[in-house]
Amino acid sequence: MHHVVLERWSRRESTLHCRDPRAKAVALVIFLVIVATTHRSFAGAACAYFLLLVALLVWARLPLLAVLARAALVLPFTLVFALISVVAGDPHRAVLLMGKSYLSALAVLLVVGTTPLPRLLRAFESLGAPRFLLMVAQFVYRYLFVIAEEAQHMRVAAASRGASASPAARFRAAAGALAVLFARSYARAEAIHRAMLARGFEGRFRLLSVLRFGSADAVFLLLAVAAPLAVRLALEAGA
Amino acid sequence: MKSPLIEVHDLHYRYSDGTLALDGVDFVLYAGETVALLGANGSGKTTFVLHLNGILAGEGLVMVCGMPVGKDTVAAVRQKIGLVFQESDNQLFMPSVLEDVAFGPLNLGMDRTHAENRARLALEQVGLEAAAHKAPYHLSAGEKKRAAIAGILAMEPEILVLDEPTTFLDPPGRRALIDLLAGLPQSKILVTHDIEFAAALADRAVFFDRGKVAGEGPTGEIIRRFGWDKSNHRSAASCSREG
Repeated sequence: MHHVVLERWSRRESTLHCRDPRAKAVALVIFLVIVATTHRSFAGAACAYFLLLVALLVWARLPLLAVLARAALVLPFTLVFALISVVAGDPHRAVLLMGKSYLSALAVLLVVGTTPLPRLLRAFESLGAPRFLLMVAQFVYRYLFVIAEEAQHMRVAAASRGASASPAARFRAAAGALAVLFARSYARAEAIHRAMLARGFEGRFRLLSVLRFGSADAVFLLLAVAAPLAVRLALEAGA
Repeated sequence: MKSPLIEVHDLHYRYSDGTLALDGVDFVLYAGETVALLGANGSGKTTFVLHLNGILAGEGLVMVCGMPVGKDTVAAVRQKIGLVFQESDNQLFMPSVLEDVAFGPLNLGMDRTHAENRARLALEQVGLEAAAHKAPYHLSAGEKKRAAIAGILAMEPEILVLDEPTTFLDPPGRRALIDLLAGLPQSKILVTHDIEFAAALADRAVFFDRGKVAGEGPTGEIIRRFGWDKSNHRSAASCSREG
């Protein structure tokens, strides 16, 4: 499971891992905006952004090739829109779409791979993101593995009763399994809620870890924002 | 004479689909006791224990440590009763074991240092201190159960309620759980189908049948009376006529 790998990465130790998650979250959002709004001299800017991200990945001691490969998982989704742009006679837009989506995915992976999810969600909460949305994200992250395991068990059960005989039978089994999975997830959600109530939950998650924003975090944030901004301004000035 | 920690009188509960789950249940748990709740699936055991900490609210009286369970007392009652659910995955919802075990103490309003100390102490009690920073899905079924119990112990409850605690456990895991529970000083209610587990830990057993208490007494006697020591046990109705 991808999120198990990501979690293992996020629990490693490096200077980047130690940075306050709010600094990383703010830097990420600003980087995404810079990438999304870069239009002129995109090829040069994209190379510079890519090198910047690679440098940070190396600094964070994350496995470079594995991260680069995982970031590419976003490309099939973008490819559809890129093809539409090509068909519409705008190949430049297609390149922009592919490049921007890959760089954005890489930046997100860098932050998620260097920040344990509870701390990242805590950072977004303290930055004003809706608490309910963050709670949903946390539960999806925690239970994705359990639900995937249930789905796998159902697939084996269906296959052992001959569901793989024809595409139509496979489709029927998949549709039934999806409905059962939904009903089970609903029942599980109720059970989790009961377990939370039984331990005094009153609507707000309280966490053990405390976020501390120090001078090193301020310097990191400044540099992380200044570097891509400088690249973009320099290239646009030169264009 | 020992004082009762839990007193339940004439408890009735009907689910929204019309199913009568509890039909006039009376129950008492005394300090220091371990009681097994036995009975077939759907006999009302789990519905009953969900009333003890106010998760379900039926008609009748439920008193915990001298407090009637109701809206005003529910927070205090949940500190007194620790409920360990059948499926540990549903109880371990935080991203790390330590965060999960500290969830209850933090909800009780403890500061972070105190809550972390409590959580670490509870993990030590169940022998899971080395797993503090693991994600719950990396634990075995036995470890998950122990982590779920640690989450309850961290709240320092007076009563432990365990719903089908031996489900998903292999024999060594089950043995370890029996040893762990035998060493805990709290009064306990064990909802179980596992008669060996019940016989190893419970002084007394209460047999549920179709939402009613069909019989109660020493665990071995109840197991025999309702035929649960045989593969083809007799019905509760015929037993209660004899008993």
